[in-house]
Amino acid sequence: MGERRAPLGIVSSTETTAEAPSTLTAPAATGRVAFVTGGSRGIGLACARRLQADGYRVAVTWRTERPSPLSGPTGTQPLTAVACNVTDSADLDRAFDEIEAALGPVEVLVCAAGITDDALLLRMTDERWDRVIDTNLTAAFRACKRASARMVRRRYGRIVLISSVVALLGSAGQTNYAASKAGLIGFARSLARELAGRNVTCNVVTPGIVTTDMIAALSPERLDALTSSVPVGRAAAPEEVAAAVAFLVSDDAAYITGAVLPVDGGLGMGH
Amino acid sequence: MDNEAAFDKFKSCAVEVLQVPAEKITLEAKFTDDLEADSLEVVELVMALEEAFDITVEESELDGVDTIGQAFDLVTSKIG
Repeated sequence: MGERRAPLGIVSSTETTAEAPSTLTAPAATGRVAFVTGGSRGIGLACARRLQADGYRVAVTWRTERPSPLSGPTGTQPLTAVACNVTDSADLDRAFDEIEAALGPVEVLVCAAGITDDALLLRMTDERWDRVIDTNLTAAFRACKRASARMVRRRYGRIVLISSVVALLGSAGQTNYAASKAGLIGFARSLARELAGRNVTCNVVTPGIVTTDMIAALSPERLDALTSSVPVGRAAAPEEVAAAVAFLVSDDAAYITGAVLPVDGGLGMGH
Repeated sequence: MDNEAAFDKFKSCAVEVLQVPAEKITLEAKFTDDLEADSLEVVELVMALEEAFDITVEESELDGVDTIGQAFDLVTSKIG
């Protein structure tokens, strides 16, 4: 690969001076600061608990219900729970300030905050569309922008965005949700290219059907119909998604960036 | 802070971020042509300067800042 110095405004990603990160200079896995948006429930909480068990110092945002308990297994740090509306820039900034003051700069960012607000397109209001795009995609943009500054300066960062199998599969009634989740993929890959030279990786996990509040409202018949289309024949436990996230932020995944890792029981195969 | 002390401080940020010898940090030096800095390195330099001088630089203020001299003028305009 040749060296290419691009004009101001365009970032070159083909620098020949990029070296494998030294394990002597990368921050130790134990005690790294991880921030999970949407970490008070569902997939986000499972990610927070898994990273906590793996020895990270974990902060989570919560909106309606503070996670409990904050403590984890013996020898691990309690969760730092920060009340935060991720769609409010000032609130997210304040949350980052609080976390940096309590734990230090964020080294691992998991964007798991997400909502659905389903309607057929012909019935979808601007408000429903905006709400879902704002929470699922724009909030990730804000969080990544804020976290990236320190990550770039410190030459270390791991970012994982929680997308969805529907990003590439599509789902009737979920044009807003699918668009927001597909948007995360383009965003993640662009950011991955921008920051790869600074030892900051950005990857995406696409869960399929996961046993969380998001599907708890479905009727047993509807849930059966959905899971019958999954080759593995069941919904995932949130911990199975968290395991993929834990891998992507680990030292073993230092050479993985811009990847889209499905955790969907084969539902999204071929996309 | 006098101008010379400010430029010394500016220069040490530039050397650290851009990984170039101090002699190359002259007022006329262009980021891309002379210092081979890509846009991410310029962003990193701005962040380092914000920290070092305790200032904030808005995105729009970077338009047209192509040389060390222009960047230094921007910094000194904020430190008074």
